[in-house]
Amino acid sequence: MRHKDHFKTAVYQTPFHPRTSFDLTPMTKHRITGKDALPFLNRLITRDIAKIKPGRVGYCVWCDDNGQVIDDGTVFHLREGDYRLCSQERQLDWLTRSAHGFDVKIVEDTHEVAALALQGPTSCAVLKAIGCTGAEKLKPFDIAYFPFADGELMVSRTGFTGDLGYELWIDPARALELWDALFDKGGNHGIRPMGTHALEVARIEAGFIQAQVDFLPADQAIRIDRSRSPFELDLGRLVDFSKPNFNGRRALLEERRRGSRYRLVRLDIEGNKPARSAYIYDSKRNVVGTVTSAEWSPSAKSNIALASMHMPWGRPGDELWAEIYYQRELKWSRVMARCRVVEGAFFDPPRRRATPAADF
Amino acid sequence: MTDRNRIIIVGAGHNGLVCAAYLARARREVLVLEASDRVGGAAITREFAPGFRVSACAHICYQLDAGISRELKLGAHGLKTAHANLRTVALATEGDHLVLHGGRLEAGLLPDKDRAALADYHDRMLRFARVLGKQHNRRPPRIGGGGRSELIAAAMLGLDIRRLGRDPMREFMRIAGINIFDVLEETFETPLLKGALALDAVLGTNLGPRSNNSVLTMLHRLSGQATGVTGGLSLPAGGMGAVSEALAAAARAGGATVRTGSPVASITLEGDRVSGVELESGEKLAAGTVISNADPARTLLQLVGARHLETGFVHRIRNFRSKGMAAKLHLALDGLPGFARLAAQRAGDRLVIAPDPVYIDRAFDHAKYGQCSPDPALEITIPSIHDRTLAPAGRHVLSAIVQYAPFDPRASTDAARAEFLERTLGLLERYAPGLRRQVVASELLLPADIEREFRITGGHWHHGELALDQILMLRPVPGAAQYAMPVDGLYLCGAGCHPGGGVMGAAGRNAAHAVLGGERAA
Ligand SMILES: Cc1cc2nc3c(=O)[nH]c(=O)nc-3n(C[C@H](O)[C@H](O)[C@H](O)COP(=O)(O)OP(=O)(O)OC[C@H]3O[C@@H](n4cnc5c(N)ncnc54)[C@H](O)[C@@H]3O)c2cc1C
Repeated sequence: MRHKDHFKTAVYQTPFHPRTSFDLTPMTKHRITGKDALPFLNRLITRDIAKIKPGRVGYCVWCDDNGQVIDDGTVFHLREGDYRLCSQERQLDWLTRSAHGFDVKIVEDTHEVAALALQGPTSCAVLKAIGCTGAEKLKPFDIAYFPFADGELMVSRTGFTGDLGYELWIDPARALELWDALFDKGGNHGIRPMGTHALEVARIEAGFIQAQVDFLPADQAIRIDRSRSPFELDLGRLVDFSKPNFNGRRALLEERRRGSRYRLVRLDIEGNKPARSAYIYDSKRNVVGTVTSAEWSPSAKSNIALASMHMPWGRPGDELWAEIYYQRELKWSRVMARCRVVEGAFFDPPRRRATPAADF
Repeated sequence: MTDRNRIIIVGAGHNGLVCAAYLARARREVLVLEASDRVGGAAITREFAPGFRVSACAHICYQLDAGISRELKLGAHGLKTAHANLRTVALATEGDHLVLHGGRLEAGLLPDKDRAALADYHDRMLRFARVLGKQHNRRPPRIGGGGRSELIAAAMLGLDIRRLGRDPMREFMRIAGINIFDVLEETFETPLLKGALALDAVLGTNLGPRSNNSVLTMLHRLSGQATGVTGGLSLPAGGMGAVSEALAAAARAGGATVRTGSPVASITLEGDRVSGVELESGEKLAAGTVISNADPARTLLQLVGARHLETGFVHRIRNFRSKGMAAKLHLALDGLPGFARLAAQRAGDRLVIAPDPVYIDRAFDHAKYGQCSPDPALEITIPSIHDRTLAPAGRHVLSAIVQYAPFDPRASTDAARAEFLERTLGLLERYAPGLRRQVVASELLLPADIEREFRITGGHWHHGELALDQILMLRPVPGAAQYAMPVDGLYLCGAGCHPGGGVMGAAGRNAAHAVLGGERAA
């Protein structure tokens, strides 16, 4: 085990791979506290953080002054005025820089919190089996605390899959104990560790984007057309112009006026060969976009992809083609496959939102 | 709301007053709010000892824009000169002083080679300075702006450089980014001459002669003369405050209201645009447009507040280099000081103590590491020789810029000030024996004192260093170099904007045009 007191892998389950767990410990975590924690976050992030009440979680993005996305992540409103911000990339520099003029304390506590994703149809049943009585009452994006061993286990109904699922947060000293309890008590519910590939499939099925894959963090982009705005990542719903100021606001207002350069779409592609990194063509063979993520989806039973399209392409009904290269017995072949723009997630089972969560 | 039509200008520095006068001429309702009890900012005359008055910050007028003087009728509003054309005297401890007037040597000894080179150097630098001077009245192009006017502005700058001709253009490009030390070294032999010319490049900057950018700052200083605006170095009658008083009179005559003793505590916002200001007294005043003459950091970080701005912009403003290194010395003297071997009629000229560029560079080295220069470089005037209103009969005031003093000395500011005064008086005594005994009262302002008295963050001559990365379309910072700040209705009009400081007025006028242009666009 790499960090011997942290989780190694975690737990997820779908009808396909029942109940799985995935280690989130390496995910970057920041703790934001102090009198100005709320105004600080509201200036940092594009959506209205005041709407995320204590005990709730929100998905969010943050931008630079040019309205280009630096990263996406989740804000946990742990307790009144006490927030956790989770992201893929290290953000301490940007957060510290953004803190000038605010009374806030920001620490990166990535390695002081052990976190584990428990995802899949029986994830709630597993939680109850280890003693989280009442876990089924958590609504999506709720946070609750349960006694565990002689300490406290924080559970949030969140995750990077489109299924019913939770994330578990605990003092690293109790991490092994929690792992053992899950695998002892969860055996009957089919719990098993999950790897990155399974997670990749699950997040694309859910339509979740990932930094470095579906977009390049703006602070790492050198060429000006490489970064993306929230609108260009189909995250316009996370931009709240009723706030008088937030990073990127002026540029995003301008973008809304002038129009975006790109749009992110979900594609259902003919055949079964994953369209990884494929060019997307229009009917006249002009390149009009690129696939950023692609997998065969076992849950949706279809060949799915996320693609960044040049405007105006990517409207539902557009005639689009993916140029897919694939290998059979070491020989490369190419196929042009018809694509259909899909609205909404590829896989979105009702149990994802149902409260109380069922046991299955 | 009727107050939406009102324009508030925070600060009655000379730029704020120029801006007010132009807006008033355009029939706008203008209210100027000045914290201090007099107008002028760093361009004022005040008493520093009973009966002795002095230009308390800026003391020589060489950049005041001729167009502004004419259009605002400053003469009719009372502005007169006490002396219109000072010479520069490079003081020597032994042997002959050099008396320079433009590119000519009027007295003193120079080898023929240097004498010829001086005329040539002066012409060449004036041509280059003219390129810079031409930009002063233009709105700098915006980077990535892409619009028609941006392209025209960028093209004009390029064209002005091209018009120099091929060889001068290459020379301009070669020296624009290098240092004055090397340029003087390859042009002249005589240390005293090189010292005096090097001082022109570093006065008011955070640079030594060997620092890059020091050619640019020299050209900026020359650019006032280059455009022929005032014809040279002049002393306004009544001190520099007379310029500001005339500007205030012009603004008032146009209909602007100027209120002194009214420090602004904050610039207020409503949603994403300015709504007015709140005074330290608690009084709230509404306005649709607020123009700040205060420096960029003070305006944006203190009066507006970082939380109302975006992170990248705040970061750039915080990194706008604005720590000054020029100190100001005022001496009340009970007689005319006797500079050794200096003809009496020359004592009223601009006297410089800068024996050679290495001397200045050493002086800079100390300040770089937090100490005042043990042997500073000086620019001295004794304005009372030309202007009897400044001192009681038979007595005189000496005003000098003393370099270098760090903004945050390693010793306490009080200790540093006492020691620096002592060193400076000691130095003056070497050039004008007996001067110390003539001193009735003295005052030395370090950059930290200048920050406090004039409310200039960092106490910098130009509100912020003039350097390749902080001029033209990059001034004060990229993304906000067109007077309009990234808050709707908020503008800057002071030395922190293009084309920088010095008593010039161009920033104030350009800002007024930007505001009027913004109204048309809206
Ligand atoms: C030591 C020294 C010597 C210099 N010598 C020369 C020289 O010889 N010749 C020359 O041409 N230039 C000289 N300069 C430069 C010149 O003085 C300045 O560049 C110029 O005066 C700046 O003018 P301004 O109007 O842009 O700003 P300022 O003169 O700084 O005016 C800003 C005004 O805003 C006011 N203000 C700030 N905050 C508030 C607030 N919150 N509420 C209300 N009012 C506020 C200030 O009180 C001030 O009046 C010198 C500078 C220094 C520091």
